Amino acid sequence: MAEPGIQIIAEVRERGETETMEINMGPQHPSTHGVFRAVVELDGETVVKVVPHLGYLHRGIEKIAENRTYHQIIPLTDRLDYMAGASNNLGYCLAVEKLMGIEAPPRAQFIRVIITELSRISSHLFWAGATAHDLGAMTPFFYMVREREQILFFLEMITGARLTPSFFRIGGVAMDLPPEFHDECMKFVKAFPPRVDEYEALLTENIIWKSRTKGVGYLSAEDCIGLGVSGPMARAAGINWDLRKNQPYSSYDKFDFKAAVYNGCDAYDRYRVRMMEIRQSNEIIRQALEGVPEGDYSITMKGALKPPAGEVYMAIEAPRGELGFYIISDGTVQPFRMKIRAPTFVNLQSLAKMSEGKLFSDMVAALASVDLVLAEVDR
Amino acid sequence: MTDVTKLKSAFPDAVLNVEEFRGDVTVTLKREALLPMCTFLRDDPDYSFRFLSDVTAVDYKDKTPRFVAVYHLLSHEHNQRLRLKVPLEDERPEIETVVGIWPTANWHERETYDLLGVKFLNHPDLRRILLPYHWDCHPLRKDYPLEGKGEL
Amino acid sequence: MGLETYLGDKCGEGVVITSMEKAINWARKSSLWPCTFGLACCALEMIDLALSPYDLSRFGMEVFRSSPRQADLMIVAGTVTKKMLPAVLRIYAQMTEPKWVIAMGACASTGGIFRSYAVVQGIDQYLPVDIYVPGCPPRPEALLDGILKLHEKIMKEKPLHSSNAIQSGSCKI
Repeated sequence: MAEPGIQIIAEVRERGETETMEINMGPQHPSTHGVFRAVVELDGETVVKVVPHLGYLHRGIEKIAENRTYHQIIPLTDRLDYMAGASNNLGYCLAVEKLMGIEAPPRAQFIRVIITELSRISSHLFWAGATAHDLGAMTPFFYMVREREQILFFLEMITGARLTPSFFRIGGVAMDLPPEFHDECMKFVKAFPPRVDEYEALLTENIIWKSRTKGVGYLSAEDCIGLGVSGPMARAAGINWDLRKNQPYSSYDKFDFKAAVYNGCDAYDRYRVRMMEIRQSNEIIRQALEGVPEGDYSITMKGALKPPAGEVYMAIEAPRGELGFYIISDGTVQPFRMKIRAPTFVNLQSLAKMSEGKLFSDMVAALASVDLVLAEVDR
Repeated sequence: MTDVTKLKSAFPDAVLNVEEFRGDVTVTLKREALLPMCTFLRDDPDYSFRFLSDVTAVDYKDKTPRFVAVYHLLSHEHNQRLRLKVPLEDERPEIETVVGIWPTANWHERETYDLLGVKFLNHPDLRRILLPYHWDCHPLRKDYPLEGKGEL
Repeated sequence: MGLETYLGDKCGEGVVITSMEKAINWARKSSLWPCTFGLACCALEMIDLALSPYDLSRFGMEVFRSSPRQADLMIVAGTVTKKMLPAVLRIYAQMTEPKWVIAMGACASTGGIFRSYAVVQGIDQYLPVDIYVPGCPPRPEALLDGILKLHEKIMKEKPLHSSNAIQSGSCKI
């Protein structure tokens, strides 16, 4: 598309008549999905160089965690990837449980799966709406938040909070499901797939959407592995790797679902991966609701929580990729060191590779397809 | 669980210790052997650790060695994980960069330099990433207070 | 039925008598334009307020202007870190008078649960804040309540009074 233009620019540049322009994008910007700053060197409309500047939301969570007890860290982890707060809680609780060598009871595991998958659907819906909004399609956003409100209502019904649940505890969950939740959620789960069909009807075969996302933000499978990219970005490049299937945790091996894998390596296929994941998550919730076992919702623990000295690394499949917690314990009530491997921090490194040499508006689409949450990048 | 017998026989004097805890295998190695061992782990078909999950460092405060660099590796082909630990000097913690082996290490190493002060030699662009560029402290070190020293 | 009919019925031939100040305040509060300043998690609830479930456009506020020159209201939604602080102050300085600030959430009001080396413990150390909305994050209805209280505060202002040339006092920029 841009080839003839680039050729003319190249000829003019050979004659020494052009110079590049450096512009600053952010940290306050409508399209950067948060406080992200990129200094972009442009040659006309073509991006020559992108230098991202991070850290505008660095809150020192890792240092704070060294000064809090293990349970006090749970609300801190909520605020990492705030679009899907429950999945951060899950990763952290599983890491501490691995450190202690305990496992949550089966009922708690199913409840955790239901809440995590609800958060995943809510996160992907918001992403799809916000990306469509960035690229000019404003309608889907207003409809997608309708379902998202319903999901947030369920999260509030169970946990008491919409966005930052802090509901999981080391060894289980905080309390049992309310009695009315099962029927309400089943109604939602049955009514949801036709709604997803509506959203896909608005975007998937839309000629403008396709021309703005097909071939945009190209990142091959080799580059994905080399750059440490995981999650929907990697699955859109054909890498069949989903931690829920390959290294299952919290009863995910009891559910029948497919990992969403496409081969396009571009923003369009990342969109298709996420839409398929929404459908698969809906299916997981349905199976979990039908098969929740009876029993305790938490292990009872006496006294203060003091894991044995040692270190573990536990990774889960968050909506954005591999979320890992590396916790070192020295036998006291506070962790000695906690490192959070944030998927978006690593995925964002690929921005330069995806955008250099391409058009500036394609850079906005590529940035949107990375699914950026700055609180996770900066911790 | 990852079987490190082949690794130990390939690098007999570089491996200082092998530990297993809760299913995680940790290999402690000498600093000089880092690059050859990482290349071996990435390219050998029995290991294929082509995915670097995480690079970080730990400040052990009063112990020796004070600083230890930690690498987390993942192999998609064999569905295995491995942790490498490299003890560093106390006064001037430095280590070679692994950016040439796994390009993802770039930002991880910048963050470790920013927060802990560990220098990565031959890194293409070693500068701060999360804190303001003009700050000169390393907050994640144990001798730095949580609420800071009043930098702005 | 429109304004003219109402005025015609109740106020005799469409004449309304009011004070200049009330009219100015009414015009200002009915079309406050917020500046997009979502920093962290609270931004999601702010966006939720602007979208279809809670619909901020009933109050004339659905245009979130990205450019501070065109905005009246800065809703500081989220944690302000020390690295971000110069940007916040610069945007506040670029906004034209009259301007108001809402500190949304615990982090903007007092630093929230992040008492660390990198977080500003409350944006009111650097900016004059009109309304504090507590919560972590506050529900969209809570933010709406804060905005309505700001409307009441605006209605009580005296824009023509000579000593009110600058909106509010101590502003360390």
